[in-house]
Amino acid sequence: MAKPFSVERQTGFTTIAVICFVALYAPIVILVIYAFNAGDSIALWEGFSLRWFASAAKNAQVMEASLRSLQIASAAAILATTAATMAALATTRTAPYRGLTFKYAFINQPLMVPEIVTAVALLIFFSRIKVATGYSGLGYLITAHTAFCIPFAYLPIRARLEGMDLTLERAAADLYATPWQTFRRITLPLLWPGILAGLMLAFVISLDDVVITNFVKSGGQDTLPTYMLGQLRRAITPEMNAISTVFLLLSVAIVTLFFFISRKRD
Amino acid sequence: MASAAETAKARERIELRNRWLLSAPALLIILVAASGPLLIVFLYSFLSPGPYGDVKWQFSTGAWVSVLLERDIFDDTLSLADAHLSIFLRSVKLAFITTVFTLALGFPTAYFIATRAEKMREVWLFLITIPFWTNLLIRTFAVLEIIRNEGVINTLMIKLGITNSPVQMLFTDFAITIGMVYVYLPLMVLPLFASMEKLDFRLIEAGYDLYATRFKVLRSIIFPLVKPGVIAGSILVFIPALGAFVTPSVLGGGKNLMLGNLIELQFGQGRNWPLGAALSITLMAIVMVALLAYVRNAGSSEVRHG
Repeated sequence: MAKPFSVERQTGFTTIAVICFVALYAPIVILVIYAFNAGDSIALWEGFSLRWFASAAKNAQVMEASLRSLQIASAAAILATTAATMAALATTRTAPYRGLTFKYAFINQPLMVPEIVTAVALLIFFSRIKVATGYSGLGYLITAHTAFCIPFAYLPIRARLEGMDLTLERAAADLYATPWQTFRRITLPLLWPGILAGLMLAFVISLDDVVITNFVKSGGQDTLPTYMLGQLRRAITPEMNAISTVFLLLSVAIVTLFFFISRKRD
Repeated sequence: MASAAETAKARERIELRNRWLLSAPALLIILVAASGPLLIVFLYSFLSPGPYGDVKWQFSTGAWVSVLLERDIFDDTLSLADAHLSIFLRSVKLAFITTVFTLALGFPTAYFIATRAEKMREVWLFLITIPFWTNLLIRTFAVLEIIRNEGVINTLMIKLGITNSPVQMLFTDFAITIGMVYVYLPLMVLPLFASMEKLDFRLIEAGYDLYATRFKVLRSIIFPLVKPGVIAGSILVFIPALGAFVTPSVLGGGKNLMLGNLIELQFGQGRNWPLGAALSITLMAIVMVALLAYVRNAGSSEVRHG
């Protein structure tokens, strides 16, 4: 018997959707499976083993790059979220004022320029500063990451602020709370989920960046993604799958958390 | 004695000052590490290349000339730079094909998600976002593992007796396209879903009541209503695809360059920073034209829908 007719159903759409979901996940699943391969080959399955995870953990370069990635991502996420929170407070819940549209456009600017262009721009700019100051530490990478993370932190914080009820703040002001007290006791606690969401997004975005990092880094400053990019151009072993799997789990965990935090909003 | 109007004015001024102070750190960081350096790129495109990378501080339009033309080393005549031109064309072509394929796959997928019950909708949407937040390099690597000569597809085809020897897919334009469709698909689905979610199904029902065929309903009702989503998704895919660096670099194997790789080459082995800068500005110009077309289109369609 034919299924009952539904206006919502379009011929073939469900089939394509299912193919899409399978196609999206199949490569990732295969990548993860081969991380547990006992053999040296990434094509032949030779039994289950954790040896590639052990070998990645023993690889000094991998550990160093991971640590550097985490350092940069933490610093950039905290800086970007702080700056984005302040900017969001200055651009929401206010009547339009001169410069407001400019601020929106300027804050979101890193999203509109192709990454490779920003990357070469920073290469030129920072290489000049490196020569002039002699400093070649992680500061450049952290500054660059902070800049492109700001829009990602800004968006969820702004969304949260826009949906916020103003009556509590007004009540606090009526009860003679200073603006700072009102902010600390009322605004900040209400805003917290948005800030946390922004922080996590910024962290994931920084952790994932390859292009800008690749151009800005000085010698010996590989992050995990730039280390992997270098390896992919040479020989590939299942160690790459093991590193990717751990990396993947970390991102998925953070994004899942983000999903639940931002859902609590309603 | 200060009048009420004056105090109100003073308060307003303080508020305005606070707003700028609060947004100052974000604006400053973006100015220093994103917007500002773009001006330097523009400046560099008008200088001469230095012998070991970097530039000589000497005005030159040479970089801009060699974006499209090349000077013959023997008789000094100018001719069209075929290499650059073919990379431009290939980049635009691959970005366009990627956009078309992600649309063909993403449209039904977004429609499928939008027509689920509310609870399930969130789950499907979540499943689309997960790969989107997974590292681009890792996803590209996952594609590489599947299409390489010893990969799953070739192994399967040989076992099934479809071919005797592996089909070379890696390091071709085909590989780059597959990779880009794979990594940018979520970027197409999300805006499409956003506009389909608001779809009024009573209009579709009305269409069927008036004896429209399914194709007619799709073409004359659904598609026009979700057009803003189609345009937004296409822009979101086309722009990063045009400037793609990681995917063509890993799956194209250094032979099949795209614009992003060509730019990198000028800053690396090519040691021609002004040319790299001029190519970067060209890429940005194409992107800006695409964005402007989008703003125009989105603006006018909003007006039409009232």
